[in-house]
Amino acid sequence: MNKENSVILDIRNLHREFKMGEETVKALNGVSFTISKGEFVTIMGSSGSGKTTLLNILGCLDKPTSGTYLLDGIDIGKLSKTQLAGYRNRKLGFVFQSYNLLARTSALENVELPLMYNKDFSAKQRKEKALKALEAVGLSQRVHHLPNQLSGGQQQRVAIARALVNDPVMILADEATGNLDTRTSYEIMMLVQELNDVQGKTIVFVTHEPDIASFSKRTITLKDGKIIKDAVNTNVQNAKESLASLPPIDEEITNPVT
Amino acid sequence: MRIVNLIQLALRAIKRNKMRAFLTMLGIIIGVAAVIAMVAIGQGSKQSIQSQLSGMGSNMIVIRPNSNIQGGARLDNTTVQTLTEPDVAALEKDPQYFTAVSPQVSSRGQVINGPNNWTTNIQGVSPDFLKIRSWPLQEGVNFTQQDVKTSAKVCLVGQTIVSNLFPDGSDPIGKMIRFKNIPFKIIGVLSKKGENTFGQDQDDVILAPVTTVQKRILATIYYQTIFASALDEKSTDKAVDEITNVLRASHKLPPGTDDDFTVRSQAELINTFTATSQILTILLAVIAGISLIVGGIGIMNIMYVSVTERTKEIGLRMSIGARGIDILMQFLVEAILISVTGGLIGVAFGIAATKLVTIFLHWPTLVTQASVILSFMVCFITGVFFGYYPALKASKLDPIEALRYE
Ligand SMILES: Nc1ncnc2c1ncn2[C@@H]1O[C@H](COP(=O)(O)OP(=O)(O)OP(=O)(O)O)[C@@H](O)[C@H]1O
Ligand SMILES: [Mg+2]
Repeated sequence: MNKENSVILDIRNLHREFKMGEETVKALNGVSFTISKGEFVTIMGSSGSGKTTLLNILGCLDKPTSGTYLLDGIDIGKLSKTQLAGYRNRKLGFVFQSYNLLARTSALENVELPLMYNKDFSAKQRKEKALKALEAVGLSQRVHHLPNQLSGGQQQRVAIARALVNDPVMILADEATGNLDTRTSYEIMMLVQELNDVQGKTIVFVTHEPDIASFSKRTITLKDGKIIKDAVNTNVQNAKESLASLPPIDEEITNPVT
Repeated sequence: MRIVNLIQLALRAIKRNKMRAFLTMLGIIIGVAAVIAMVAIGQGSKQSIQSQLSGMGSNMIVIRPNSNIQGGARLDNTTVQTLTEPDVAALEKDPQYFTAVSPQVSSRGQVINGPNNWTTNIQGVSPDFLKIRSWPLQEGVNFTQQDVKTSAKVCLVGQTIVSNLFPDGSDPIGKMIRFKNIPFKIIGVLSKKGENTFGQDQDDVILAPVTTVQKRILATIYYQTIFASALDEKSTDKAVDEITNVLRASHKLPPGTDDDFTVRSQAELINTFTATSQILTILLAVIAGISLIVGGIGIMNIMYVSVTERTKEIGLRMSIGARGIDILMQFLVEAILISVTGGLIGVAFGIAATKLVTIFLHWPTLVTQASVILSFMVCFITGVFFGYYPALKASKLDPIEALRYE
C-alpha cells in the first residue's frame, strides 16, 4: 500500500442515538466511509443533520451506539475513557468554532496545553514545539499576547497551532470559520490548505458554507444522519487566489496607499 | 500532568480570584490561629505551673482544715477551725516520712514605715517554713523557735515590701515597721522570687513568728494551714498517709467518719494540673475540629462554584487529552493549596497573637513545634477531604457537554 492510500480512519455502519425521554433521536443512522492519510475532507449538511455528532465520534469524544470505528488501525469502541483521552492527546487535534482558548493565558501557554498532558515532554521541549506551531500559523510576533488581545482570526490561528502541536494524525475542525468574516475565513482556509498540501496533514472540516467546502479535496454531505453524497472535488479552489480576488476592504478605498 | 505544573496551575487560579480565595481561607486562618494561640497559652501556663510547683519543693505537703459537716452552709477554710497547736505538736513528735512542720496563719492589712505605707499579707509561720518552701534569705537571719515561744515582734520581709517601705534604698535590716499598729523589727530580707503562674507577687510578703500573728493580730488559736516536708519525693504518699493518721488520732475522729482536714502533696497538685490541662487539650481539639470543618465546608462550597464556572475549560482540557485523574488532581491541588495557605497564614497569626498575649498580658506562652506541624497536617487533610467531591464532580464531566456549557 503506498503512502497516499494508507487508510487512517475507517467507520462502518455507524449509528448514534440520543434518548430524549420517550423518543429516540437518530443523529447518525448508518454512516460508513474511510479517510486516507493526507486527505482534506469537508463534511457538509443542513443544521441538525448530524455533522457535529459524527465529528465528536471521529474525535474520540463520544462513542457510537453501534458500528465500528477504526482509527490508525485501532478499534476505538473497545477503549476505556482514559485510553480515549490518551488518543485525543497524542493522535488528534481539535479546532472549534468558538476557539476555546483559555482566558488570561498567553498564546504560547494555550498552545503548550496538550503537551502538558503528555509526560514525555519536558518544559523546554514543550516551549520549543509550541513556538514552532505558532510560527507555522504565522503568529511568531504574538506569542505572549492574551486571547483578549488578539483578533478572532488570530485566536483561531492560536487554536490551530494548539491542534498542531502534538503532531496529530488528523485535525478535526467543527465550523472553524463560523465566527469569522469572509476575508478572515479565507485566510484561515489558506493556512488549512497549506497544512494539508505542504505538511501532509489529514484534515476533516465540518462546514455549512459551500465556498469553504470548495477548498477541500472531498466533500461528504449528510442529511438526517445519512450520507447523501460523497464526492471528490474536481475543482479545488486555491484559498490564496480566492483571497486576492475578494473586493478590497473599505479602508483601502478611503485611505489609498500613497 | 506533573505535580509542579499542577501547583502552578492552582496558584494561578487562586491568584485570579485573590479576594475570593482569601475569604475562603479565612475560616481556616481563624481556626488555626485560635488553636495555635490557645495551645501556646495552655502549654505556657502548664509549663510554668509545673516548674513552679517543683520549684516550691516537690516534697511539700499542705494540710488545710476542712468542714466535715454534710450539707448546710459550707464554710471556707479560713473560718473552718480544726487545726491547732496540739496537731503540730503531734506531727512533730515522731515523724517517719516527713521532716519539717510549720503552721501558717495570715492576715491582710496596712504596713507602715514613717510616711510610706503598703497593704499586704503578714504570714505567721515557724522557722522551718523557709526550708519547706525553699525560700532562701537574701540578708539577715531567720527568726528562731525561741521567738515563736515568746511571740517576738520580729519579721522577715519580701522584696516588694522593701521597695515600697524603703524607697530611698536604705538597709531595712534592724528597722522598725508597723503592721496594724504593732511594731515589728525587720531581721531578714527574702530573696526575689517574682510572680507565680496566677500573677501573684510572691515577694509581697511579711513572715513573722506564728504565735505573734495569732495572738497580737488575729486573736485566734487556730491555724489556717500546716505545711510539712516529706523526706523525699518517693515518700510523699506515705507521708500523706502518716499525717492523716496522726491528725485523725489527734482530732479523736472515730473510724468511718470523714476527715476534718485535707492533706495534699505537691505531686498530687501536679497531677491535678496535668489532668486539667488534658481536659483543656481535648477542648481545644474539639474547637479546632469544628473550626476546620467550617473552614472546610467553605472550601468545598467555593470549589463547587469554581468547577461550575470552569466547566467549559474542563471540557476543553478533556478534549485535548486531559484524563479524569488530571482534572481531579487539578481541583484537588487547588483545594489543598487554599487550605494549606490558610493554615500557614493561620500559624503566622497564631504566633503573632501569642507574642501579643505575652507582651501585653504577661501570660506565659509556649508555641510548640508539634502544634504547628499538627495544624498544618490537619489543613492538608481538610483540603483533601473537602476538595475531593468537587474535584470528582469535575473529573466526571462529559467533555462534549462541558464544551457546550455556557
Ligand atoms: N446530546 C444530545 N442529546 C439529544 N439530542 C442530540 C444531542 N446531540 C445532538 N442531538 C441531536 O442530534 C441531531 C444532530 O445534531 P448535530 O449537533 O450533530 O447537528 P449538526 O449537523 O452539527 O447541526 P449544526 O449545523 O446546527 O451544528 C440533532 O437533531 C440534535 O438535536
Ligand atoms: Mg454542529
